[in-house]
Amino acid sequence: MKRAFPILAVLTAVLLSYGLYGALIVAPTEKTMGDVQRIFYYHVPSAWTAFTLFFLNLAASIVYLIRRNPKADALAFAAAEVGVVFCTVVLVTGPIWARPVWGIWWTWDLRLTLTLVLWLIYVSYLMLRRFSTSGQTPMMAAVLAVFGALDVPLVYFSIWFFRTQHPQPVIGGGGSIDPRMLHVLLINWAAFSCFAVLVCWSRYHLEVLSREVEETQALESLLEAGNSR
Amino acid sequence: MSSSGITRATLAKDLRLEWRSKDAINSMLFFALLVVVIFSFSFDPTAEESRRIAGGLVWVAFLFAAVVALNQTWARELRNQVLDAYRVSPAPANSLFLAKALGNFIFVTVLEALMAPLFIVFYNLRALGPGYQLLIVAVLGTWALVVNGTFFAAMSVRTRSREIMLPLLLFPITIPALLAMVEATSSILTGEFSARFWIVLLAAYDVVFTMASLFLFELVLQAE
Amino acid sequence: MSYLYAAYVATWAIHIAYLGYLLRRYGRLRTEIEDLKKKR
Repeated sequence: MKRAFPILAVLTAVLLSYGLYGALIVAPTEKTMGDVQRIFYYHVPSAWTAFTLFFLNLAASIVYLIRRNPKADALAFAAAEVGVVFCTVVLVTGPIWARPVWGIWWTWDLRLTLTLVLWLIYVSYLMLRRFSTSGQTPMMAAVLAVFGALDVPLVYFSIWFFRTQHPQPVIGGGGSIDPRMLHVLLINWAAFSCFAVLVCWSRYHLEVLSREVEETQALESLLEAGNSR
Repeated sequence: MSSSGITRATLAKDLRLEWRSKDAINSMLFFALLVVVIFSFSFDPTAEESRRIAGGLVWVAFLFAAVVALNQTWARELRNQVLDAYRVSPAPANSLFLAKALGNFIFVTVLEALMAPLFIVFYNLRALGPGYQLLIVAVLGTWALVVNGTFFAAMSVRTRSREIMLPLLLFPITIPALLAMVEATSSILTGEFSARFWIVLLAAYDVVFTMASLFLFELVLQAE
Repeated sequence: MSYLYAAYVATWAIHIAYLGYLLRRYGRLRTEIEDLKKKR
């Protein structure tokens, strides 16, 4: 396991560089939007990666609820945190892309709003983790993750209907995609996925290690208190 | 004692205590009044405009008032170590949750009943659509806020900055319900659209989260 | 296109900031482990 990390790191670096090169140089310039469209190659893979990480958090949370496995909880925590990082990238690059192309920083369309709500739910998840004084924080966090997951389809439908009643321009609209562009998109997706695995793994390892240290520290202070009689 | 018996007994006790001291209802009332007045200063619309925005204003005001109510849900239990007694008793945790949620529902509904006339007066409101639907929206919407609010209040009880934690957890999850409440209210007031979809969405939201809360409350109660 | 560079720079700024945070926590953890080892 330990040896896989440096190998993956090298692969990630290669993919990211190739992806960047592809995004800036190889990919053809988009007809209507121009070079600004290249933000797409970072924005979309970040979104897919963020959603995958949030899904991983949900899976790990459910495993924790059923089996109370502390490693599952550590993974849930790591996935949530890294997911929020990637989601932040999505929410920052989105408006930067929208402004020159569509003239507005933000619109309450389906995709953007759903991403924002997910970000809000997971930031509240991280806040619960940070501010909880209970010994059962993992349990409560897992419950919150389940609540968040139940919420997502409701958010989707509510915004979808809102938009059909009050239509507005759609940002990043559909339409077919040039195969060369698709190629660069997929390379960047692979690159960011590997990057996410690396970061999430590190965060997971950090969490497991810091829990061990905390336990040892607690044990030490108990022993000391016992000895100093 | 049966679970519905426990629910009824707990609810009756809470209502009786509240009636005697009127702690929560007084602070909630005054807070709600302040919110209405401040909103009236900030937004001074014509009758036409007010029908469009009243939905949003009214529900934001109700939301804030509800948070004040929800924050004190478990305060009394925490003070008197009642939660420990519930944890060791064989009573199902659901009964306690249901009693608390129903109690909050009654409090917030009373609040809304008192605030609504104020809003009608300040904004010269008149429903152009089917007005009776407003009651349905009020009931479903209030339950949506209260059921999740009571659940998250229990989670927030064991955190630092307890009072701010509740809205932090509650607001993101409540977004689809809030959108539904606001849009339904606006649709009914302006009479432009049918509120049916929103009412169905609210009902679905209520069902999903009531089941989730009843199912998972046990875990939260055990958390120490 | 300055917007394009802003987006790419912002992306990496966010990622690097997070990695920096992780490194700092690792550093703190390592000192704590050293302390525990010394006590033994």
